[in-house]
Amino acid sequence: MKLSRDLSCAEIVELVTEYLEGGLSPHDRERFEEHLGFCDWCVTYLEQMRLTIENTGRLREEDLEPELQDALIDVFRGWRTE
Amino acid sequence: MASPESITAPPEAPGEQRLVDALRAGDELTFARLVREYGPGMLRVARNYVSTQAVAEEVVQETWLGVLRGLDRFEGRSSFKTWLYRILTNIAMSRGERESRTIPFATLAGDDVGDEPAVDPGRFLTEGRWAGHWAVPPESWAAPEPRLLEAETRQIIDRTIAQLPESQAIVITMCDIEGFEPEEVCNVLDISLTNQRVLLHRARARVRQALEDYLGEARTR
Repeated sequence: MKLSRDLSCAEIVELVTEYLEGGLSPHDRERFEEHLGFCDWCVTYLEQMRLTIENTGRLREEDLEPELQDALIDVFRGWRTE
Repeated sequence: MASPESITAPPEAPGEQRLVDALRAGDELTFARLVREYGPGMLRVARNYVSTQAVAEEVVQETWLGVLRGLDRFEGRSSFKTWLYRILTNIAMSRGERESRTIPFATLAGDDVGDEPAVDPGRFLTEGRWAGHWAVPPESWAAPEPRLLEAETRQIIDRTIAQLPESQAIVITMCDIEGFEPEEVCNVLDISLTNQRVLLHRARARVRQALEDYLGEARTR
C-alpha cells in the first residue's frame, strides 16, 4: 500500500480533470482525496478549477441574433420548394 | 442481438424520428424550435474553426441546409444532436481549411496533447523532502465582491478560449459552455475519451491561469 503523500501537488494539478470527471480509479481517488486532506493549497486549486468551469459555463448564450434566425427560416423555406 | 451499433447507439429515441418526420413534412415550427435549441451552440462551436463571425454564421446556414437535404440519410443510429454536429464540424473544418487557418483536427489533436503542464513547473519545489509541492501556491479567489460574475471575467474567458489551440478550444466549448456529455464530444469529433479529457484538461488549466493572472492583478491594483 502506497502512502498518501506519494502524490505531489504537481501531480495533483494534472489529475484534477480526471478527478472532477470521475475518471480516477477508486484507489487513485482515495490517494487524491487524502492529499487534499492535508494540503490546503491544492484544495484552493481544485476550488479555482470548479469556479473556472462554472464561469466558463456562463458564456452560453440562449438566443441567436434575429437576423440569423430569419436567414435560417429562409434556408428552410428555400429547401421546401426544392 | 448485440451488433456493434446497438452498443454505441443511444436508447431508441422515438421523439427524434418524429422530429425528422416533421422536418421532412416541411413543418416550419419544428425547424424554428430546433434552430432555437441548437443554433447558439452551433454558432459558438463553428466560431472555433473559422476566422470571423460572418463565416461562422454561413457555416451554420450551410449546416442546416445539409441537414434538411440529408434527412433521408438520418437513420437514428446516433442522436440527432450528434448527427447535426458532425455535419457542422465537417463543414466548419473544410471552411477553416479553405481559409488556411486550420490544419485537420486529427493532426492538431496530436500536437495538443503534449506535455504542456497545467501549472508552470517553476511554481513547485524541485528539491528536498517537499519536491513537487507548491512553492508559489494559488491564492484563494474568495473576494469580498462577486468579481467572478463581472463582464470582464467573461471577456477574459472568451479571449483565452479564442487563443487556445483549435482542438482544445472546440472541446472546452462543447463540454463546459454547451454542456455536451464527454461521449457526445467523442462521437462528434471522432476522438477517444482519453484524448477528450486531455484536451479539456489543458484548456481548463489555461483558463484558470488566465483568471488567476487577472484576479492577482486586480488585487494589487
